Amino acid sequence: MSPRVAKALINGLLIGGAAIAIAPLLYMVSVSFMPQGQASSLPPPVLPTHATLDNYRQLFMNAGMGRYLFNSLLISTCITVISLAFNLMAGYAFAKLEFKGRQRIFQVLLGALVIPAQVAMLPLFLLLKYMGLVNTYGAVIVPALATIFGIFLVRQYASGIPNDLMEAARIDGAGEFRIFATIVMPLLKPIMVTLAIFTFLAAWNDFMWPLIALTGQEHYTLPIALASLSREHVQDSELMMAGSVVTILPVLVLFLALQRYYLEGLLIGSVKG
Amino acid sequence: MTTSRAAWWFITPALIVLGVFFLLPVVAALVLSLTDYDLYALADIRNLRFVALENYWALLQRPLFWSALGHTVYFVVVGVPLSMAASLGAAMLLNSPLARFKAFFRTALFAPVVTTVVAVAVIWRYLFNTKYGLVNYAFDSLGIPTVDWLGDPHWAMPTIILFAVWKNFGYNMIIFMAGLQAIPGDLYEAARIDGASAMAQFRHITLPMLKPTMVMVSILTVSGYFQLFAEPYVMTEGGPLQSTTSVLYLMYEEGFKWWNLGSASAVAFILFVIMFVVTAAILRVSKQGAPA
Repeated sequence: MSPRVAKALINGLLIGGAAIAIAPLLYMVSVSFMPQGQASSLPPPVLPTHATLDNYRQLFMNAGMGRYLFNSLLISTCITVISLAFNLMAGYAFAKLEFKGRQRIFQVLLGALVIPAQVAMLPLFLLLKYMGLVNTYGAVIVPALATIFGIFLVRQYASGIPNDLMEAARIDGAGEFRIFATIVMPLLKPIMVTLAIFTFLAAWNDFMWPLIALTGQEHYTLPIALASLSREHVQDSELMMAGSVVTILPVLVLFLALQRYYLEGLLIGSVKG
Repeated sequence: MTTSRAAWWFITPALIVLGVFFLLPVVAALVLSLTDYDLYALADIRNLRFVALENYWALLQRPLFWSALGHTVYFVVVGVPLSMAASLGAAMLLNSPLARFKAFFRTALFAPVVTTVVAVAVIWRYLFNTKYGLVNYAFDSLGIPTVDWLGDPHWAMPTIILFAVWKNFGYNMIIFMAGLQAIPGDLYEAARIDGASAMAQFRHITLPMLKPTMVMVSILTVSGYFQLFAEPYVMTEGGPLQSTTSVLYLMYEEGFKWWNLGSASAVAFILFVIMFVVTAAILRVSKQGAPA
């Protein structure tokens, strides 16, 4: 095959692949602006006859979308901020601080990675029920406040920090917490960004656990609300597409802004995942 | 304060969360699966009885359990190879020196990964709508007979597999790209000088050098695909004729629709054991095939 043909073939395939990957998302945006009923006409319209914001208006005015958006933002932000702190501290300690049982505890955590989260869900529901947390934001937030993956990610990264930095500070009489806050944290900034975006996306997109733990509409996150709406409004494709746009757009924008960090984390996490 | 005292302060918050809200429930799930915990026990714990392996025994005799397992295995056996082939293909295209606008294509191909399953499942449900969907419209225009994608028990699972491949292939694509970049260029150089074709280079250099990556990716993907739940929940509600009811879907219905928490825990444990055995088997096979 001549290089010119090969080049055309490779780039042609890439264009085709990219089109398949993004076309459904673009189509979603287009349908979300269609007037009601247009999506259920033949031939299937590609663009709205006249673009309208009616679907978005209906979502926010009548379907409570504002509430769900707020719930999603609140839950994902709380999980991200607090779990970031817990995972950072633990990951750093496992990488750099000597203590009895360090290896053994870390081995147990790594071993537990093979257990699918769903195994814990039934007793977890009962536990939270007895704690009075079912159908509160806490039911989704509290169990997500630390992750083995996050601790592992931070530990991998923190292992690269030279010990001399901490030793020098200890000789100067600095306490461990000051060393962590003033010396270690600034060095961990890249992995903090990576872990933060990973955590936020996972929390935002999570489906099964919030579906179980949030039993009342007032606490629904966007995916749960969308699933419930889509069961009610099977025919209202325009409305559902607008709901999908509201659900996907925030995470897509976040990813586009910080994709370098996200892809890096994906690679570190899978080296020994 | 000594360093080791401080270390405990650092790890305690995370250990409490993981211990109380993950490890403890996992152990409790094992105990729960040996009881008849149901709606009556939920109302009054004194109704709880220890039933040993009865839940497991009853499940193994239920046709619905076997069909749910069958659908899940179908999803894994067809979905994982397709998904990995798509990932590897995309990674090789992006890795080619002839490819242009690599950053753009990489972002575009990866975009479905970060989207919310429920939201994109809603889109696919519309695209594959029997009457108004673009897919059937395109089929009709090309003279291909249309298909009742999500309404026909034979087609519902293939449609969900197609969806899962589209949604997930970007993730492994990134891992494969890193794997491909780690292969020394002189290997291909030497092969070219010896006159090896592109196909021969792929079979004798790319695939063997990529083996460790392959093993890891297949384990991650198999584990992920065994946990099929949200797709059937949104796209088909486990139907039609329960043809897309997965093991986790069964667990969800058993546990949170019928409140048979004991039996549902048994379902969860069986799934865990199957995943563990399959992962171990992949590792085993990959070690046997390794050159001594």
